[in-house]
Amino acid sequence: MKIFVPGDAAALAVGADPVAQAIESRITSERMDAQVIRNGSRGLFWLEPLVEVETPEGRIAYGPVSVDAAAELFDAGFLHGKPHFLCRGLTEDIPYLKKQERLTFARCGIIEPLSIADYIAHDGYRGLERALDMEPAAIVEEVSASGLRGRGGAGFPSGIKWRTVLNTPADQKYVVCNADEGDSGTYADRMIMEGDPFVLIEGMTIAGIAVGATRGYIYVRSEYPHAFRTLRRAIQIAQQNGYLGASVAGSGKAFDIEVRLGAGAYICGEETSLLESLEGKRPQIRPKPPLPAIRGLFAKPTVVNNVISLATAPIILEKGAKFYQDFGMGKSRGTLTIQLAGNVKYGGLVEKAFGLTLREAIYDYGGGTASGRPLRAVQVGGPLGAYFPEALLDTPLDYEAFAAQRGLVGHGGIVVFDDTVDLARQARFAMEFCAIESCGKCTPCRIGSTRGVEVIDRIIANEDRTKNLRLLDDLCELMLDGSLCALGGLTPYPVLSAIQHFPEDFTKPAPPFHAKGESQETSLWR
Amino acid sequence: MSVLKTWDPERAHELIEELQNLPGALLPILHALHEDFGYIDEGAVSMVARALNISQAEVHGTISFYHDFRHSPPGEHVLKICRAEACQSMGCDQLIRHVEGRLGVNRGETTADGSFTLEQVFCLGLCATSPAVMLDGKLYGRVSQDVVDFLIGSIRRRG
Repeated sequence: MKIFVPGDAAALAVGADPVAQAIESRITSERMDAQVIRNGSRGLFWLEPLVEVETPEGRIAYGPVSVDAAAELFDAGFLHGKPHFLCRGLTEDIPYLKKQERLTFARCGIIEPLSIADYIAHDGYRGLERALDMEPAAIVEEVSASGLRGRGGAGFPSGIKWRTVLNTPADQKYVVCNADEGDSGTYADRMIMEGDPFVLIEGMTIAGIAVGATRGYIYVRSEYPHAFRTLRRAIQIAQQNGYLGASVAGSGKAFDIEVRLGAGAYICGEETSLLESLEGKRPQIRPKPPLPAIRGLFAKPTVVNNVISLATAPIILEKGAKFYQDFGMGKSRGTLTIQLAGNVKYGGLVEKAFGLTLREAIYDYGGGTASGRPLRAVQVGGPLGAYFPEALLDTPLDYEAFAAQRGLVGHGGIVVFDDTVDLARQARFAMEFCAIESCGKCTPCRIGSTRGVEVIDRIIANEDRTKNLRLLDDLCELMLDGSLCALGGLTPYPVLSAIQHFPEDFTKPAPPFHAKGESQETSLWR
Repeated sequence: MSVLKTWDPERAHELIEELQNLPGALLPILHALHEDFGYIDEGAVSMVARALNISQAEVHGTISFYHDFRHSPPGEHVLKICRAEACQSMGCDQLIRHVEGRLGVNRGETTADGSFTLEQVFCLGLCATSPAVMLDGKLYGRVSQDVVDFLIGSIRRRG
């Protein structure tokens, strides 16, 4: 009998390790014929630690399970599917999960992450198998036809990137996986890396075979030590099983991967900064062109894709472009891995075809705010995403629909705020964050963000409000138009959307102490 | 907490030598030094520069760019508190103020007795179980003031 206790970092953060130990010691002391498997997370975080028991009918879920509850579960006879108030029934039938369309996350939370046999038994490596029978150009064409767009945030068609690298002759090419998932409210990359690492390895291998690259790098942020360790181990296992190395799956084609660790810099999620970091330089961004697809890592043609984009390549190759194309709306094809975060009752991963509205995501899945207070603002797409008010909740999750509202889908993170939020403070934070994380290459971002903090402080302190709001607007326009990359170029989004949709927060009486104390906060940073 | 070694040029030399032939070796070397000593000693700059045949300015510029790399040894325990938006929506600002008051330091600083270093971090990827903290590499989600008091208290009791 198998009992599943997630080893996902978010499950560990709410106590999955002691629960697993309690279950294991009970099994040992009572000499039961059962085995604890540390799976990835299903992404239903309000139920973590979510313990599952394998039964002939399917897996039965219990959660959230504490150490004390684990003992109770044994006494209640949960190994034989006996009822208990923490029992959630068959995992697959939990509505939150059942209503989803899990393509990229088909295996996450189901398989044992580091068992390549389990991966293959759950349809793993079928995409690669098919790719190895195809011409490189045909693989690229398949990805193009699927309509897959970069899931890191920019939404650039992945097929075009791949084709550019394929058509650029060079003695060496690279595939770089951007696993620097820095946007607050996002954790899909982390979940895949911890819960189904081989799908990412397979996706990168397909990309390598398609464009003629023999080396891949995964750049993981240092805030994800668990993902880093899992990937390192998974790469070794793939090498030992002949899926990475001089002859991938006996094809005679070489591809290998190395995982590298970032060091706490948000800007390294920007692809050219990431490449500089990998090369061992001070990771200031590079002006584009040249595009990384033509002159990327070590000046060689390089595919740089986000984790989710690469982890989606296997299912596209396995089931065909048409299968993937059939999900979604407009020019946003396939599924979006929505991550419900912040002040939300049922936070978790929702993989659905593009087109679900924000309201459906937040209420039908998320159940509203965690605090029970009224929802006031939603930030979609990380720290560079716009703040939307309740009135915009019917916007469908689609790249173009969000762009039309001056927002961005980004990497699919949705952070919910209740009515205690102060949007003037959030706008100030957006500038502060940009000041902390700016690489310093271009002036609008480097200087603009610091000036932005100061101007917002003056607005909050009610100093010349009208004049300073006009100045802030002007500064935002300059940053939007004049910055070299998305950090400086998009920081105005949260700022301007806060002013546009929540003007009342910028006209409140000045708080007695805030302004001065706050402006010192930035300088306290290191 | 892993036991950190005191700065030792010979040990640093070994670490550098082991990694210096990797493509783009600088960041892996800096990580190895940081992991062993808990910070990157000023003395490492010229050693790394020599090994990689780059200028000391380039090494220094890279070390100082990254938030992770400390320039002096940390306290015995390192508490990182997430300050990004998802955690803000669940009250991390109050949590940080509470911890700063309790430890008597601002973020980025180490307590006078050397027991704690308090750091801010932007996103631990635990955004559905906010607010989140990392104590000596271990993650905690849904952290209330009581929970963080308990974590700090249990370390203090252990001495």
